[in-house]
Amino acid sequence: MNSTFRKTLLALTLGAAVTSTAQAEERVLHVYNWSDYIAEDTLANFEAKTGIHVVYDVFDSNEVLEAKLLSGRSGYDVVVPSNSFLAKQIRAGIFKELDRSKLPNWDNLDPSLLKSLDHADPGNKHAFPYLWGTTGIGYNVDKVKAALGVDEITSWDVVFNPENLAKLKDCGVSLLDAPSEIFPATLNYLGEDPNPTTTDAIAKAEEALLKIRPYVRYFHSSKYITDLANGDICLAVGWSGDIFQAQSRAIEVNNGVNVGYSIPKEGAGTFFDMVAVPADAKNVDEAYAFLNYLLEPEVIAKVSDYVAYPNGNAAATPYVSEEIRTNPGIYPSKETSEKLYTFADLSPKIIRAMTRSWTRIKSGQ
Amino acid sequence: MNKLTLKRPNGRVLTVGIPYLWLLLFFALPFLIVLKISLSSMAIAIPPYESILNFTDDVLQISLNLSNYLLLLEDSLYVQAYLHSLQIAFFSTLGCLLLGYPMAYAMAKAPPRKQTILLLLIMLPSWTSFLIRVYAWMGLLSDTGLINNFLLWLGVIDSPLRIMNTDIAVYIGIIYAYLPFMVLPLYANLVKLDRSLLEASADLGSRSLHTFWTITLPLSKGGIIAGSMLVFIPTVGEFVIPELLGGPNSLMIGKILWQEFFNNRDWPVASALAIVMLALLIIPISLFHRYQSRAMEADR
Repeated sequence: MNSTFRKTLLALTLGAAVTSTAQAEERVLHVYNWSDYIAEDTLANFEAKTGIHVVYDVFDSNEVLEAKLLSGRSGYDVVVPSNSFLAKQIRAGIFKELDRSKLPNWDNLDPSLLKSLDHADPGNKHAFPYLWGTTGIGYNVDKVKAALGVDEITSWDVVFNPENLAKLKDCGVSLLDAPSEIFPATLNYLGEDPNPTTTDAIAKAEEALLKIRPYVRYFHSSKYITDLANGDICLAVGWSGDIFQAQSRAIEVNNGVNVGYSIPKEGAGTFFDMVAVPADAKNVDEAYAFLNYLLEPEVIAKVSDYVAYPNGNAAATPYVSEEIRTNPGIYPSKETSEKLYTFADLSPKIIRAMTRSWTRIKSGQ
Repeated sequence: MNKLTLKRPNGRVLTVGIPYLWLLLFFALPFLIVLKISLSSMAIAIPPYESILNFTDDVLQISLNLSNYLLLLEDSLYVQAYLHSLQIAFFSTLGCLLLGYPMAYAMAKAPPRKQTILLLLIMLPSWTSFLIRVYAWMGLLSDTGLINNFLLWLGVIDSPLRIMNTDIAVYIGIIYAYLPFMVLPLYANLVKLDRSLLEASADLGSRSLHTFWTITLPLSKGGIIAGSMLVFIPTVGEFVIPELLGGPNSLMIGKILWQEFFNNRDWPVASALAIVMLALLIIPISLFHRYQSRAMEADR
């Protein structure tokens, strides 16, 4: 009896020792990022450089990421929420405070950008900007010209004036299925504060959206990439990088579809996707190594080149290919930048009212 | 003799006890947790709701927040979504029954060797992922999909039929996906049907349709109920099929639950929705249970 017990104990100890050496040999990092949001070779290069194996997983909405984080023990070491979700998540105690001494590349970040993100994360203690982009208008240049007689779209008037949108109905219009993006754009067009603080503001936006609702073919947050590239729709309110993806897909297959992107003159919403480490992350050292790697100018410049989103790294701009760097739809001019607005952290009451209104707009219920 | 009388209740306690323990662990306990969340209020924390129990200075305070349930009544959205879910579930169940009954009947009548093959054919589609099969329907039903292209080519229609993103697509998807759950219990029931009853009926001069109505159908009631429950109950809460195939008008409770949980981050209201849905389902479940126990008693 005793000897069996000892044998078992020995086996267990040995087993534990074997696993712990295996762990020491193989360092692992669990990363949860947006889909299509990294260069093809970023992870492979990181693994080659550090020997840390990256388990990479993707999501396609802030809500899904947040639900995982709020349940606790998500199992991820690095996550990338948007700045509008960050403030609440920090208050809920989801993220670790970053130790800057472990991030020597921190100074590469754009100080003015960090300052503008200060309201969501006071002192930039928990996160830094990875990539950012705008919510604007993607369109089929030839079809829009045929329908409206204009060479390029410069104003939200094309979307929010029912007379204009009616002319585009037949060639297809799509809106993001994200009230948190469409309400601010509507309110900004109406000359209101893009971030609603009262239910009256939401009612006002709803009224404007119901007027254009009959001309919208569908609400979706990713389908428009393919449809715009194939010419199945001619106008999409969507994320800049996605629309540039549609553009390059159309060029690749050479189908004659000419996709344009516009940051309208009234301004557009900007989103920043922030790199953060959950408070319960297990592989903290590996996470810091990865964060510092992402802060290297050459690394993040390659990501920008690949996904057509600008990054938050000032030192990286010279490394970004000229084609991307000089595109005003990706790196907006100073004049345009002044018109851009950020999404604020809304109160639960406003979010509920917005979700409810969105259902009414989409389904008439 | 003495030993036997002692043993019997023990075995009984065990056989009755295990299912009850199972129910307690996997139904009652999760139910109570959801009930607890539904009575709390949302908070910015992990997890995102407040505790309903508060223990301070030797005083245990229980605060129950009923406003989540009131909200469900205040806004017609929730009632409409429940009704729409029940409607979709009802007609899908009916569709599965009308399609599934002849299939099960034919299977039960087939020679035994063929039955195995037929049974395999019913189950074969579920070897492919459920999600992939629903995606395949998207390809079939869309405006430029196979069905529309084929009909256009035949010249039956001039412009593509709008099936995708409507309730019809949802019905097609649900009936397709849940048909095996109807066919299998019906088959299991029909295959046990005593043939001598049918022969007796025929001997006494009854025509086959009459025999079917008066003998086969009443005797297969258990299978019909079991199959209908297996289809109806999961369909009410179905999320994936209406989300992928349905349009903005096919608003079902699964989607509303998703919105409450993810868009509004309001776990308490989402839990209240789930509790109400369960309450709605308990009626058909208990009816089924009562029928089943009665049938078991009759068998004894």
